[in-house]
This record gives sequence, structure tokens and C-alpha cells, in this order.
Amino acid sequence: MDWLKILIDAGRAAVGVPAAAYALSAMGLNLQFGYTGLLNFGHVASMMVGAYGMAITVDRGGSLWLGVVVGIILALILGLLLGIPTLRLRADYLAIVTIAAGEILRLIVRSSWAEPLTKGILGIQSFADEFHDLNPIPVGLYGLGRFRFDERTVWVMMLGWGLVTVVALFMWKLTRSPWGRTIRAIREDEDAALSLGKNVFGYKLQSLMVGGAIGALAGMFLAIDQQNVTPDTYIPLLTFYAFTVVILGGPGTLLGPITGSMIFWFLFKLLDGFMTDAILNGWFFGWFEATDIGPIRFALFGMGLMWLMIFRPQGLFGSHEEMLIDGQ
Amino acid sequence: MASNPGILDNVAREPGVAKPDPILAIEGVRRSFGGLQAVSVERLEIQRGTITSLIGPNGAGKTTLFNLLTGFDHPQEGHWHLNGGALVGVPSFRVARLGMVRTFQLTKSLARLTVLENMLVAAKDQVGESFWGGLFGRWRQIEAANEARAMTSLQRFGLDHMADEYAGSLSGGQRKLLEMARALMVEPEVIMLDEPMAGVNPVLTESLLGHISALRDEGKTVVFIEHDMDVVQEISDWVVVMSQGGVIAEGPPAHIAANHDVIDAYLGLHHGEKP
Repeated sequence: MDWLKILIDAGRAAVGVPAAAYALSAMGLNLQFGYTGLLNFGHVASMMVGAYGMAITVDRGGSLWLGVVVGIILALILGLLLGIPTLRLRADYLAIVTIAAGEILRLIVRSSWAEPLTKGILGIQSFADEFHDLNPIPVGLYGLGRFRFDERTVWVMMLGWGLVTVVALFMWKLTRSPWGRTIRAIREDEDAALSLGKNVFGYKLQSLMVGGAIGALAGMFLAIDQQNVTPDTYIPLLTFYAFTVVILGGPGTLLGPITGSMIFWFLFKLLDGFMTDAILNGWFFGWFEATDIGPIRFALFGMGLMWLMIFRPQGLFGSHEEMLIDGQ
Repeated sequence: MASNPGILDNVAREPGVAKPDPILAIEGVRRSFGGLQAVSVERLEIQRGTITSLIGPNGAGKTTLFNLLTGFDHPQEGHWHLNGGALVGVPSFRVARLGMVRTFQLTKSLARLTVLENMLVAAKDQVGESFWGGLFGRWRQIEAANEARAMTSLQRFGLDHMADEYAGSLSGGQRKLLEMARALMVEPEVIMLDEPMAGVNPVLTESLLGHISALRDEGKTVVFIEHDMDVVQEISDWVVVMSQGGVIAEGPPAHIAANHDVIDAYLGLHHGEKP
């Protein structure tokens, strides 16, 4: 068992490309769920719409930068279309409608009917050359010892954490404004907000749209890294990962999604590394094989999430005092 | 007494009677849930600058009437006017902006906002409350003015020492006070209180009554639902009695206390045929 290797790999994951992508995605969901109280179970749809909007634009001869704009606009439109009929519903109905909408959209994208545009289940590849060609970093490995990244990864990480910083500043400005206070009031009690003259529906729609646009940024960022979009990447599991990240970090906190994502990926890789080594060393008496790691990881993450909801529902960094109040 | 004392002296003591200067006029409002006629009010006018209490047995339709008037529920028929402007079909948040703010029977404090934030969220005309205004607007000056006003109000309601605490950590009575103070931040002309004294200890009730009288003396119109007849007698300028969805009597408190219909409605006695 090489503990140092396992720890370093986990550390690399905590600051790596997926961690930045999930931090972005979770910041969008946090605006909807953590601040506004919207139970959006279709967050993955905005990631998909962003990624596909960008990929299709490039595929059709547009530039990558135009693709980014298209992706964001499409995510805003998705939020609008999804919000208008559903935001008058009770929270649990919103959850059902959004999860269904996400799946419907994925099935449409992978259908043969949409193939001329989306290239069906094979998806679209190599649309982000423009970004990777801009990489000013000389070829090589950067870091210390095993904690190293190649020049391509460093370039993508710079984009990712740069985006995380910009979005975090945007969220900081937004959530500390009277607008942010109003959406928190709506989260606490819609009727009270209505009785005080707040256009609850309008605020919820704005929150859904802006959160969706941030989700689209995350989707586009992941797609730029992978140079690949396929419909079956965008399964509901991505939404639940984003929820795990938000809850881990503390819903309704500014930095929660970022720390949540780093911890999520650290634990994810730690578990992976540990299980792989343990199976190799025969610690499980041959009960498990390497192919079982995925399912076991899910089971353990599920248990972890349950433990979190029972003992620390405010997240690892949320305020305990605030959560006590919630129980009243 | 009323900010315009004696204005109701010459008004007839009968259901649906016209008032000299009504701020709120209701006509033919009906709301039924399935076969149950929850509200059926032919005519009701609320005099400006007075305290009108709405009494009646449980299930008389008082809260439903509040919900209808403030846009939280919609009637099958009927219309009503606030300051002469029709309010039918106006969404609840617009009703509040038009100057009629209500509170709830079950207090709705915004638990995970601080007491001060509860107050600030209610303030009107904050440019920072729009999305772009929040991002780029110059809202801090308005915020400072609102904060000063909120603190003055909190002081008046004895909550200023709790300003930075979460509203969820207040006691039940303090939440009632906060809800009333918060409603006043909207600067309403009409304030509708749904059982403001329910579950509040006698000392706090006295102070709440003081606040309600003070509102009237500032020229605001107060309509409130209350079960405690002593409270109603003490504070009201006018009493409206509802039973089975309709208005069965109205008049000054002393008149109502002696009214047989009212006594029947409360005691549930039915002499002969009653609707």
C-alpha cells in the first residue's frame, strides 16, 4: 500500500480540472438551491445545453468564443422555458419536472432525429483547438515530485480556476446585495416575501436562469478540457454530484461549492486509490474485484451523504447556529 | 380614538352600511371551496384612519376574506377597491406595493435572516433589489437610510437589541412584534393583522395594542382579526362580525356587545330558520 502515492493523487484531484468544473457547476446550483431554495434536479441540463451550444457552433463553422456566447444564451433560454411553467409549482413538483426535463433533453440530443445537428450518440469532438492553440506554457511537467501536471492540464486548470474566481466574485457581489437578501427571504418563506411586495416568481426565474448560465459555463469548461461532447455524459448523476458538493460545502455559503468540490474530489480519488491497492493486496479476501470499485464508491458516497444530512446538514463549513434555527 | 374622532358616530349600525370616507370597499365577494361557501360578503366598507376589528366564530371566513383581499386567494366573483382602484386579479405582491400589507395567523418570520435583514427586506424602492441594480446599482445610500428607519422601528417595538440575531431565535411573541414591524417597513396605508395577539402573553398584548393604536393615530387604517372580545372592546373604533362567510353585524364595539345576532353566532344557538 503506497499511502504517499494515494494521498498525492487525491491532492492532485482536489486542485485538478474536474474539481474546478464541479466547483463552477455547484456555484450555479448553490444560487438556485442554497440561496433561493429551488430544488432543481435538472441542473445537468444547463451543463449539457452550454456544452452542446458551444460544440455545435464550432462544428458549424463558428468560432469558439461565439460558441461560448451561444452556450450561455441557450442556458438562459432553457432556464426561462423551464421556469415559466414550473416555478409556480411547489418545491417537490419542481424537482420532479426538472429531473424529467433534463432526461428528455438528453434523449432528444442523442436521438437520430437530432443527429444532423448533434451527431447523435457519438457526439462532437475537437472543437476547442482554438483554446488549446493559445496555450503559452512551454511543454513540460510543472509541480513537485509526483504532484505534477503537464502543460496542457496547467493551461486548462488556469482557465478553470480563473473562471471559478470570476464567478465567485460575481456571486459575492450578487448575494451581498439587496437582490441576494430578497432571494434568501424567498427561500425562508415565499408567502412572507409576497406579502412584503416581492415579485417571488420573477426572482425565482432570475435565479434559475443565472444559476443555469453558471452551470453552462461549467459544462463548456469540461467540454473544452475533454474536446468531446456526448449525450450520455449528461446523466442525472452529474446533478447529484453537484448537490453532494453543495451540501458538503454548506448550501447558501459563498465558498462552500469551492471547498465542497475540492473535498469531494479529494475523497473520491482517495477512496479510489485505497480500494485499488487494497484489492491488489488481497485485503478484501477476494470478495471484490477492480471492476467493483465504481459501485462500492457510489455506495460509500451515498452513505457519506446520508451521514452528512443526519449529523451536519449545514455542510462541513456551514453555520451550526443557522441549522438549529431551521429545525424550529 | 380615531385619528378623525367621531367620524363613524352617525353611521348606521347595519351590515354593509356605507362609510363617510372608505379606503376599502368590498362588493359581492364570493369564494367557495367545493360545496362550502367560505366567504359571501355583499357589501363592506372600511373607514380610513380607523381600527376595524373583524370577529366571528372559527370558520366564519375571516382569514379567507383576508386572503382574497390581499391577492393570496381568488374569489369566484365580486370586486373590491382600495382608494378607488380596483384590486380584482391583482397579484399579492402588487397589493402590498399598492399600500395594503397583511400579516399571517401563523407568524412567518424569515428564520435564517437576521432581525435587521427581516426589516430591510421589506423596505420599498431599493434599487439594489433588481438583478442589475444589485450588481451595479448605487444601493448603499438607500440601504443606510433604510437601516436607520429599521432601527428606529425596532427600538419602538423593543427588538433593537436583537437586531443581529437570526429571526428564528426569537420567541413567539417577539416574532409577532417583528412581523408587525416588518409589515410597517413597507409603509402601508392599510395594515391587515391576522390574530396579532394569538399566543402572546398579557404584557406583550398590552404593548401590541399600544402599537396598533399608535398606527391609527399616525393616520393608518388597521383591520385586524381577533377572538378576544376584551381586546376588541378596548381598541376598536368599529367592529365587523362575520358568520358562515357573511357579515351579520357591524357597529361600534358597545353596540356589537349587545347584539343578539352576534351572541347567537358565537354561542352557536339557532332560533328558527337561519341561513
